[in-house]
Amino acid sequence: MSLNKNEFFPVGALEQFLVQIGRVVEIGGRQIAVFRLSDGRIFAAVNQSPHPKGGPLAEGIVSGHYLYDPLYDWKIDLTTGLVQAPDNGQAQMLTTKVEDGQVWIAAGELQAV
Amino acid sequence: MGTDREKLVVIGNGMAGISAVEQILKLTKRFEITVFGSEPHPNYNRIMLSYVLEGSKTIDDIVLNDLNWYRDNGITLHTGTTVEKIDEQAKEVVTADGMRVPYDKVLIATGSNSFILPIPGSDKEGVVGFRDIADCNQMLEAAKTCRTAAVIGGGLLGLEAAKGLVQLGMDVTVVHLMEDLMERQLDHQAAGMLKAELERQGIKFKMGAQTAELLGDTRVSGLRFADDTVLDAEFVVMAVGIKPNVTVAKESGITVNRGIVVNDYMQTSMEGVYSVGECTEHRGVCYGLVAPLFEQGMVLAKHISGVEAPPYEGSVVSTKLKISGVDVFSTGEFIDGPEHTVIANKDDWKRTYKKILLKDGIMVGAVLFGDITDSAELQKLIKQKTVMTDELYSSLMGTGCGGGKKTTSVETMSDEEIVCGCNGVTKATIVDVITNQGLTTVDEIKACTGATRSCGGCKPVVEQILQYVLGDGFKTSAKQGICGCTTLSRDEIVAEIKEKGLQTTKEVMNVLGWSQPEGCSKCRPAINYYLGMLNPDTHEDEKESRFVNERMSANIQKDGTYTVVPRMYGGVTTPEELKKIADISLKYDVKVVKVTGGQRLDLIGVKKEDLPKVWEELDMPSGYAYAKSLRTVKTCVGSQFCRFGTQDSMGMGATLERKFERLDFPAKFKLAVNGCPRNCAESCTKDIGIVGNDGGWEIFVGGNGGIKARLADTLCKVKTDEELIEIVGSVMQYYRETGNYLERTSEWVERIGLEQIKAVVVDDLENRKALMERIEFALKQVEDPWKKMLRDGDNSGKLFNRLEMSNQL
Repeated sequence: MSLNKNEFFPVGALEQFLVQIGRVVEIGGRQIAVFRLSDGRIFAAVNQSPHPKGGPLAEGIVSGHYLYDPLYDWKIDLTTGLVQAPDNGQAQMLTTKVEDGQVWIAAGELQAV
Repeated sequence: MGTDREKLVVIGNGMAGISAVEQILKLTKRFEITVFGSEPHPNYNRIMLSYVLEGSKTIDDIVLNDLNWYRDNGITLHTGTTVEKIDEQAKEVVTADGMRVPYDKVLIATGSNSFILPIPGSDKEGVVGFRDIADCNQMLEAAKTCRTAAVIGGGLLGLEAAKGLVQLGMDVTVVHLMEDLMERQLDHQAAGMLKAELERQGIKFKMGAQTAELLGDTRVSGLRFADDTVLDAEFVVMAVGIKPNVTVAKESGITVNRGIVVNDYMQTSMEGVYSVGECTEHRGVCYGLVAPLFEQGMVLAKHISGVEAPPYEGSVVSTKLKISGVDVFSTGEFIDGPEHTVIANKDDWKRTYKKILLKDGIMVGAVLFGDITDSAELQKLIKQKTVMTDELYSSLMGTGCGGGKKTTSVETMSDEEIVCGCNGVTKATIVDVITNQGLTTVDEIKACTGATRSCGGCKPVVEQILQYVLGDGFKTSAKQGICGCTTLSRDEIVAEIKEKGLQTTKEVMNVLGWSQPEGCSKCRPAINYYLGMLNPDTHEDEKESRFVNERMSANIQKDGTYTVVPRMYGGVTTPEELKKIADISLKYDVKVVKVTGGQRLDLIGVKKEDLPKVWEELDMPSGYAYAKSLRTVKTCVGSQFCRFGTQDSMGMGATLERKFERLDFPAKFKLAVNGCPRNCAESCTKDIGIVGNDGGWEIFVGGNGGIKARLADTLCKVKTDEELIEIVGSVMQYYRETGNYLERTSEWVERIGLEQIKAVVVDDLENRKALMERIEFALKQVEDPWKKMLRDGDNSGKLFNRLEMSNQL
């Protein structure tokens, strides 16, 4: 599976994603957490918390463009993946776009992980 | 890596070496650092091994610097690699397997080894020291197969090891050469109190006993003492002391006495080679405790980085025993001699002891037992060689009120003073993060600076600093809201919701001027609760404002799987239900079936997407184990079967559980019903505890067995079942209406006051009826969440199922 880094993959219609509630999309065995914000933007992150103990991200509480991770309540900026102080770390974010009601993820970036 | 950077090789990947590296990194980036550790782990907190043994922490919990830390700081780490020597000629460090690494500077921090008594049999299987993770694992393993253990050595480590083994279910005898335990840290009085306390906790002692030989074939089976008596033991821990690990230094031709000899700047006899920690001997002293390591590391870091530093002049050591429920502390000189003035206070009733020693009016040492709240204060005063005054005396020995004194001591503390000795955090650093980064809790300070991260001994001082700094900030920022998003209090928010008729969290945040428009993980769930509590019939619950567990109606585990707990009313089940649970557990590959503390079964390790199927096939009501709601009603057997039972506790428990389940509360809520005052279902630690007696029921409120244990208070006695249900319902509703989100009844009862609760729900009959009506109304609106989710197929699919794209790649 040789992928162009910028190649986008369709992962589902926009209405498959509830507002402010994350959903896991599995691409080639890798879990991606997809978040639909209340302003309509879509963000995607590798479903792995940057917390040293790991765990999923998809089930966190979404507020604006911040995510509060479900296990340790770390605050993560979805626009950058950066964990907010006093904690630090970075979630791996993937580029997304929405076209004609369809959500696309640049899954090729996964290979760089 | 730039080749022009100086090469620093650190031999030893323990607390001393790595904390020194952390100090160096704070000062300069000019070193290219390589670390060698002979253990296969990253740097962990050795002093917390006793907690691992005791079971309250895992090895993961005690890792101080994980592998990412080394990577992020560009440090090359070789674990499982032992260094053989330093080749001064070639300026290379040589490992046992022949690797050669060039250096400009070397830091030896090889620590110490357990001292194994040179007696016959000490090399038998089943004899270990207590120094590292490997020892700890051996002890955990031994506890599974062996019944009896002996710990040789009644010092700090020996006692911690003994307590851990007792906790693991072993029969443990501590064998000590001296007549007093911890004689290097405690005086006779405190040692005696300590021994009595540990005996209460199940440890046996053989004092004044010299071990002559370890008996057994290949594996140890017992101890023979110098007086020819014998003690059976299938497992032996040697905790008689440590000896500095000086092998590398010796091999390299560095001057060694008992430890590696260093000057006041931690330099050894070899050019460019430093040493810190337990392997080091400074002015004739080898330290075996954590605080000096740090003080040494700081001097070293400054010297090696070319920053001017005062010389290291030795440390005043202090000791704390890490056994839960046994608080012991000593610092400085603790055995009184003729030259000392002794201030002592022994209280056999409270089992506390406090002794302060003065020499020419100057405080030189102290011992505390039972109550160690003054330990940080005393440590500081003694380190600074403070002169005792009347004022100090009254604040330390408790004749004055002492309230204002704590602040003063934090206030007068100099900025450079180290608050956290384990991680080298100064007062200035803590004050800085509070004022500049707006931190408001000890946890935030811990995450940001590392203070309190290791032994936790400095937590009271950090709290005092926080109070002191925020105290001033308080006046300017007027007041604190329920979270960082607002300045409004819970009561103000509830009043605004009522007055303005606000309907959703979004509306609340908009209208009341939240700083983050969609709130945070603290306020959104809280507002969602208040809205539902105020308008049980019209409020549309916001799934996106619920914590994951409540949103999914299942408890998330650290690996992302979930647990399912079905209702068993009053802790009573049937063979049919059990069969069903067993079948489903097999079918869905449940990892563990656990009997919970609340008398029901927990199916642990269910995959998220299987949850709806598991619920459907169970066809039992949700047990709400995930919710801020009525969890369980624990019951004893009661009058249906028990010969002592005076009331039908199983029946009443099930009735109450059925009546009040599913309703949202500010926090989780637990009940217990007992058939007689023997109280087998433990009413005293429940939010509402009920005890049956011959003429009726007695009701208790505000008990808690959790984080902060609290015994429930007596609320009232009632004669009839109807009255009981009404009191229980009205207490619940009063708590729902006045409780802060996440506030348990144990805190609520103390905040509102028992008298007030009595007045509202017991004495005021009319009000009780009104509360009861409101809770009945709210109860009409609730529905089983598992059934609801199964009915609501489409949206539940979006909640539980992942989208799989595997075919597209």
